[in-house]
Amino acid sequence: MKSLVQFFFKLGSPNWFYKVSSYLVPVFALLSIGLMSWGLVAGLLYAPMDFKQGNSYRIIYIHVPSSFIALSCYYMMALLAAVYLIWRTKMAAIVLRSCAVIGAAMTFIALVTGAIWGKPTWGTWWVWDARVTSMLVLFFIYMGIFALSKAYEREELGSKAAAILALVGTVNIPIIYWSVDWWFALHQGATLKLTEKSAMDSAMLFPLLVMIAATYCLYVLLILLHSRAEIIRSEQRKQWVKDLVK
Amino acid sequence: MSDVSSASLRRPSMAKACWQLFLAESKLLIRRPMDVFNPLLFGFLVTLMFPLGLGPDPATLAKLAPGLVWIIALLSCLLATDQLFREDFDDGSLALWLLSPQPMYFLVMTRVFVHWLASGFIITLVSPILAIMLNIPMQAIPALFLSILIGSVSLIFIGAIGAALTVGLKNSSILLTLIILPLYVPVLIFGAAGVQAATMDMAAGSYLAILAAFMFLAVSLAPLAIYGGLKINLDAG
Repeated sequence: MKSLVQFFFKLGSPNWFYKVSSYLVPVFALLSIGLMSWGLVAGLLYAPMDFKQGNSYRIIYIHVPSSFIALSCYYMMALLAAVYLIWRTKMAAIVLRSCAVIGAAMTFIALVTGAIWGKPTWGTWWVWDARVTSMLVLFFIYMGIFALSKAYEREELGSKAAAILALVGTVNIPIIYWSVDWWFALHQGATLKLTEKSAMDSAMLFPLLVMIAATYCLYVLLILLHSRAEIIRSEQRKQWVKDLVK
Repeated sequence: MSDVSSASLRRPSMAKACWQLFLAESKLLIRRPMDVFNPLLFGFLVTLMFPLGLGPDPATLAKLAPGLVWIIALLSCLLATDQLFREDFDDGSLALWLLSPQPMYFLVMTRVFVHWLASGFIITLVSPILAIMLNIPMQAIPALFLSILIGSVSLIFIGAIGAALTVGLKNSSILLTLIILPLYVPVLIFGAAGVQAATMDMAAGSYLAILAAFMFLAVSLAPLAIYGGLKINLDAG
């Protein structure tokens, strides 16, 4: 128990995080490359065609994992925001800023792939559907947190402001999701609804699960890489970084 | 020792401190009425833009009016909130709040409430005029008035979080819009839907109840975030 506490305590130090993460980066790089090539080949080449949507459904192998992470990244960010505001752990602030960037990117990918899928399926690029609208709001929340963290000249202040905004968003996001769902139910027109999705065939589902695992690994890898770059930037005057560069 | 205890005895009660703050801020507002009128002029100007952009057809305007009036009220509240803490921050009053023995939570709540009286409440008072200019059906006016009255409290308190987080920055208005507008989504949905229901002669009570729930949530929780935001900027100064 004591060593576990010590582990988390050490994780708060940028120097130690940098050292540990240098072992984790290759592991997650290999995992995400391996799983992703397996999942993509299985999903794009070998999975059977959908009898309604033809080949266009195959975009779910990118769309679904990125939507998953777009949401779960926010929980991680909110947790880090609380950790940072309570214990002032420097590393939490750095990873929090990385989460805002990567989360925004994942939400953007989910929105774009959704639009590309919508064109052949719904006949239009953009529909004000409940899930699309919530995703768009989530994208703006990520961008707001990112913009606020960059607005301050002193990095520490930007991180604190971003952490508070992330916590405010945590209270708000469930309310936003619920109200957007309700709004859509109220205004829903007769158009543009896919018939009920049948339970997915296992031949289609398996590559999707692989892709979800692959994208999670990619997400961890991106967070690590972004955080490492941020550590070097914010600690550039420290001795250990100078030693590292030599 | 005796000096310290007598000093703490002379400390005004929390209610009294909040009341004095309320009076002082109200006086400041009465002496500078343009601060109150500017968001109103903004509201009327935007109302002028809609018929020019959408065409003067009364039926079209009546159909869109509930949403339009709500968006106007929302933007006016947001614009009015941008400078909420700026002056108190620059002249050091906020630092004195922090040093005072009174709890910041209630001082912040009082300050934002005075701001609501000068912006949200005034916008509520003129919103029926804006709605009539946009040809809204008359039976929707009470629902419109009540929904903006209740909803604007949430709008102002949520907006104040953004104002507190950006108080130390120079060009904050676009950033404030970017961080606050997504948080306005639920209030706008239920406010506009309530007015829409009233235009179709349906009961708007349930919408108003949900708006009231948002209001209590915002009034009770937002001061914590506002305090946090102000403290960051004060520590920096």
